[in-house]
Amino acid sequence: MIAALWDNRRFRNWGGQLLLLGGLAALLIWLVTNTVANLDARGIRVGFDFLSRPANFPISESVLPYDPADTFLWAYITGVGNTVAISILAIALSTALGLIVGLARRSQHPLTSGVASVFVTTVRNMPLIVHLLFWYALATTALPAPREALNPLPGVFLSLRGLYIPALELDANAAAFVGCLLASLALLVAFRRKVVSYFRLEGGGAGLLLLAVSAAFALFWAALFIPATSLSLPEYKGFNFSGGLRLSPEFAALMVGLVIYTSAFIGEIIRGGIDAVPAGQWEAGRAIGLSERHTLTHVIIPQALRIIIPPMTSQYLSTVKNTTLALAVGYPELGLVVGTVINQTGQAIESIALLLGTFLTISLAVSLFMNWYNARVALVEAR
Amino acid sequence: MNWKTATLAATLAVAATAQAHAGPTVDSVKARGHLICGASQGTVGFGAPDEKGYWRGLDVETCRAVAVAVFGDKDKVEFVPLSGQQRIPALQTGEIDILPRTLTWTLQRDANGINFATPNYYEFTGFMVARSSGVTKVEEMTGASVCVQTGSTTEVVVNDVSSRLNLQLKPVVFDNVAATRQAFFSGRCDALITDASALASVRATQSKDPDGYVIFPATKYMDALTPAVRHGDDQWLDIVNWSIQALLNAEMYGITQANVDEMVVSGDPRIKRFLGVEPGNGKALGLDDKFAYNIVKQLGNYGEMFDRNVGKGSPLKIDRGPNKLFSDGGLMFPLAFQ
Repeated sequence: MIAALWDNRRFRNWGGQLLLLGGLAALLIWLVTNTVANLDARGIRVGFDFLSRPANFPISESVLPYDPADTFLWAYITGVGNTVAISILAIALSTALGLIVGLARRSQHPLTSGVASVFVTTVRNMPLIVHLLFWYALATTALPAPREALNPLPGVFLSLRGLYIPALELDANAAAFVGCLLASLALLVAFRRKVVSYFRLEGGGAGLLLLAVSAAFALFWAALFIPATSLSLPEYKGFNFSGGLRLSPEFAALMVGLVIYTSAFIGEIIRGGIDAVPAGQWEAGRAIGLSERHTLTHVIIPQALRIIIPPMTSQYLSTVKNTTLALAVGYPELGLVVGTVINQTGQAIESIALLLGTFLTISLAVSLFMNWYNARVALVEAR
Repeated sequence: MNWKTATLAATLAVAATAQAHAGPTVDSVKARGHLICGASQGTVGFGAPDEKGYWRGLDVETCRAVAVAVFGDKDKVEFVPLSGQQRIPALQTGEIDILPRTLTWTLQRDANGINFATPNYYEFTGFMVARSSGVTKVEEMTGASVCVQTGSTTEVVVNDVSSRLNLQLKPVVFDNVAATRQAFFSGRCDALITDASALASVRATQSKDPDGYVIFPATKYMDALTPAVRHGDDQWLDIVNWSIQALLNAEMYGITQANVDEMVVSGDPRIKRFLGVEPGNGKALGLDDKFAYNIVKQLGNYGEMFDRNVGKGSPLKIDRGPNKLFSDGGLMFPLAFQ
């Protein structure tokens, strides 16, 4: 009986897998229960109930509204919000700058390619933390005190407290109006082919129609709800500027440092991808009479994308993780917030687990998106 | 978050898994041959290495007093510099034996795996601002940017003060001490907030013009900066408590580093008991009977330590204030050595 089971290949395969899985689960359970029991024995609290207590500590700037009276959970979500925001911005900006760098590296003009290669060599070979500290030191030493703030345009102030610009304050109606306008534009752009074919439009007419329809939408909304806007101007009061929109030196230093650093890597990935497309493709493009630019955009880049995307995915993942260095320049991303939470509550293991889980989630999301995009641009082969 | 804290947290998990009950701390300290103390990352007056790399400061000497009690030698100590965030996990995991590092005694900390010994410094949280700003009290700080270091109780103080007085303070939070101070001196913030004594230390040692800055209390509430030990080892807590008490008692009895050998022949029975001429006190704690004598002989009394490190004999020139003995109107209360 046992010998028969043992000889069964299927049983052996499945049995082995189940045994391994069971062992892993048992190890995990033992680790968790033992840790909890021992922490308890040492008088260290465990559990996530601290998340519902008021945080009481300030976060210097945030994308989501935050008040120290909010809970630790909300403080943590605020940190996630900041991390996601700076990740998305840094990825978008460094991809744009990286594309320019990559193309400049391939330029025939010796000055352009020389500047680009010096840029890549210097930037890529310095640690990111040095970049961040450099830009932060620059922002906080080169700029004047708020009292003597630079005032290049009326309502625009630049000092070591950051850049203040006038803000357009929208009431709920106006916000709804702008939102609807953007949504209708997005819909039109998304379904532009359908719109164009439905109205039998050719060439320039399509763009005009899109504009006309959005304008009609906008007027409709404006008539329905009377939007009210006001201009909030920054003004120097007591210690600081108040009113207006503010770009803090911490955020600026982080963004500039991160974007410059990442763009050097992205530039090389793009250049490598383009160079990897066989020279014959360029010649083929020229042979059918395409211009250099069209050869690049229609023949080379679609093929290069397949080579670029996998390394780009890991570059994006590094960028997301690199945002944790923001704490060196005082920008409150998730890491800094979690550090503060640990200090206020002493619940290091739970907080670190949350931090790990969050970064895992963000990174997996980035990976999934990039894999989807990779599949989309992949060569469709006969199966 | 930095990797050190993460490592510590991971170690905490592993250490907690590995062993439930470490033997009494004093045994492991004796077996190791030296004491390991958590120290600051450089607050002159409280804990910082001097130009020769020798650790000095009030917190450092408090730790040395414990080393004298255990080993009879103030130099059998290793100092581990820790950030505000790292310090408590470092104590919980057993990386250090005692944490004398301007640590405020709070309920949440006390209830979470550590025990506080005897306060070695009473303190208020203060703001430091440039004298040129003309501000001299908290109520005038409306709208000010405040540089705050994470890993301290001051983050909460900033918020409490700001909301109570409706000041709309704008905190800029940093992870490490050096960045916080640099941001303040570069003018990124109008004010720097931390323990007033640390502010005095920063002002005396790191500013170009110490007279150009003023320090004032952020709240009327006082904090007790207290060395802490791990939860669950009462014998070790007693040793730390009575090492600090030895410093306070010595001051009360007028025993100094200079006159301790004369005081040994004193006729006062309390002094005899204190200095171990009459045996019993040290033995009760599992220490040498002359541990208090040794502490005073090697380090002096609390008053001498204070003056040397933060008081009139130091660049900080901090007033004794609440840190006087109770008999002089302060909060330091020596307990009976019997």
